[in-house]
Amino acid sequence: MGDWAKIMNEQAIDKIASMARHMRKNALTMAFSAGNSGAHLGSGLSIIEIMAVLYGGIMRLDPMNPQWADRDRFILSKGHGTLGYYTALAEVGIITWDELDTFEEDGGFLAGQPIMNMKKGIEFSSGSLGLGLSLGVGVALAGRKQGKDYNVYVLVGDGECNEGSVWEAAMSASHFKLDNLIVVIDYNKMQGDGASHIVLDMGNLASKWESFGFKTLTVAGHNVIEIYSALKRATGNKGGKPVAIIANTVKGKGVSFMENNNAWHHNRLSRAQYEAALAELTE
Amino acid sequence: MISIEGMKTRVWSKLGQRGTFGAVMLELGGHVEKLMVLTGDLSTTSGLDRFRRAYSEKFLNIGIAEQNMVGIAGGLAKEGYVVFATTFATFATMRSLEQVSVHMGYMKLNVKLVGLASGFAMGQFGNTHYGIGDIARMRAIPNVVLLSPADCVEVAKATEAAALYHGPVYLRLTGVMNNPMIYREDYHFEIGKAITLRQGSDIVIIATGSMVYQALEAARLLDGRSISASVVNMHTIKPLDTSVIDDACNKKLIVTVEEHNIIGGLGSAVSEYKTGMENVPRQVVIGIPDRFQKVGDYEYLLEQNGLTASQIAERIVNELG
Repeated sequence: MGDWAKIMNEQAIDKIASMARHMRKNALTMAFSAGNSGAHLGSGLSIIEIMAVLYGGIMRLDPMNPQWADRDRFILSKGHGTLGYYTALAEVGIITWDELDTFEEDGGFLAGQPIMNMKKGIEFSSGSLGLGLSLGVGVALAGRKQGKDYNVYVLVGDGECNEGSVWEAAMSASHFKLDNLIVVIDYNKMQGDGASHIVLDMGNLASKWESFGFKTLTVAGHNVIEIYSALKRATGNKGGKPVAIIANTVKGKGVSFMENNNAWHHNRLSRAQYEAALAELTE
Repeated sequence: MISIEGMKTRVWSKLGQRGTFGAVMLELGGHVEKLMVLTGDLSTTSGLDRFRRAYSEKFLNIGIAEQNMVGIAGGLAKEGYVVFATTFATFATMRSLEQVSVHMGYMKLNVKLVGLASGFAMGQFGNTHYGIGDIARMRAIPNVVLLSPADCVEVAKATEAAALYHGPVYLRLTGVMNNPMIYREDYHFEIGKAITLRQGSDIVIIATGSMVYQALEAARLLDGRSISASVVNMHTIKPLDTSVIDDACNKKLIVTVEEHNIIGGLGSAVSEYKTGMENVPRQVVIGIPDRFQKVGDYEYLLEQNGLTASQIAERIVNELG
């Protein structure tokens, strides 16, 4: 990891870190503007750095042409992470700041969970958990069949890994030797009803992915250098194995009263809470 | 793309709808650009062995993992492939139903889900393998075209049409080997356009899949009872060809016949349309009563459920009083 930190341009790190800070603020503003509909704050905030690194430093994109055939593909399998997804798309200019303001508007295109919209860089509809990795396997197979060198990034939640379909997909990813497929697991150790080990103890998640045939890396999920280093290693991987990056994250990261507090899994923000949260971010 | 000629149609009929599907895919392999065929560990029973050997690069065995199969199909389709995802009808439309709904319905990805051996085709395999609710489940998913071919020639026509159609399709295959022949030569098949196979003046029998043959035979038996029956092959259940229902409303009785639960299938689709109309004839819904079956072979199961031609004819005579 240390080597990459050296190689990685300090400016690039700063850019991604500042992008993440900006995204976190925007996420709060979006959640506040959603009013009584509320938003999945905990999960959105836990993926901010992962999304910032992917969109700000790793993925091959053309913001002017979101449908560019050679773009890297991103699939938000944990569909409730839209606060992290839409804010990243806005940072790179695929969706506009004005559009970001329409989050969760009735009939709008930035719903609480993603609706496929290729012009806006949203590759797939998701929301129901456990569906994204299989789609990613299909997209990765298609890339290889067509001789395209794009990578496919799939972001899954740790709670989402309760779903058997995740493991069906994992088996096939290694069976088909998809080294163009990178799974990032947002390992915040919480899910809808509370602590994951209490709801359904999945044991050692890293060794599970490894035993399913993945090359597995573990990172501090809010450290952009570590995330960047791991993703760089993953994209340089051509060893015939898919990669799983276990990102140790904190649900509700960045706002003290939301961190590791499942009341913020999905909730609405009062003005006072919104202002308190913003104040923490600018400290 | 697919030529329809005598010798071949007889071979297809012997193979049944499942085997015909495999034979047709082998022919389409050289014609359809970016074709992919997926199986959930059922390629031999789907008649896809020859396809697998001839086009190994267009074939994927996903293993016994239907959810993953439909997911991978969605991912491939998103990248421009025409993907046929195949497994027994009941698994395709239950185990993977959510993937079907989200990927094919919600996102309209270009996946052709092939429900093999629907209805009672699995005979002694029992209720876990029967396809008695697949039409109901698939009808309730927006955007998906639902095809239900009447015989093996129509399997060829429907499979070709599905491949050429850009959008999600469910192809429901019924019956067993030695599938009775209805079509012996080429004809015009169009998604959403039902085909009137027989004109009659008293009643209209609207049938789908394997039951089209039984309906034609029933109509012949009814001739002997001085009842003149039209027979409509409703090969597309969604979108439903409502014009034939409009026409049927001029007759004394509408009868629907399907190898499917009487809840949610063709009969339901026809009656749902008719509820919006006034002064329409009564409808008799013939299908599988809403119950699990005592297990037996195909003929036994048809008989137990009143789905043979003579039983259908008798039921109609009774209904007309």
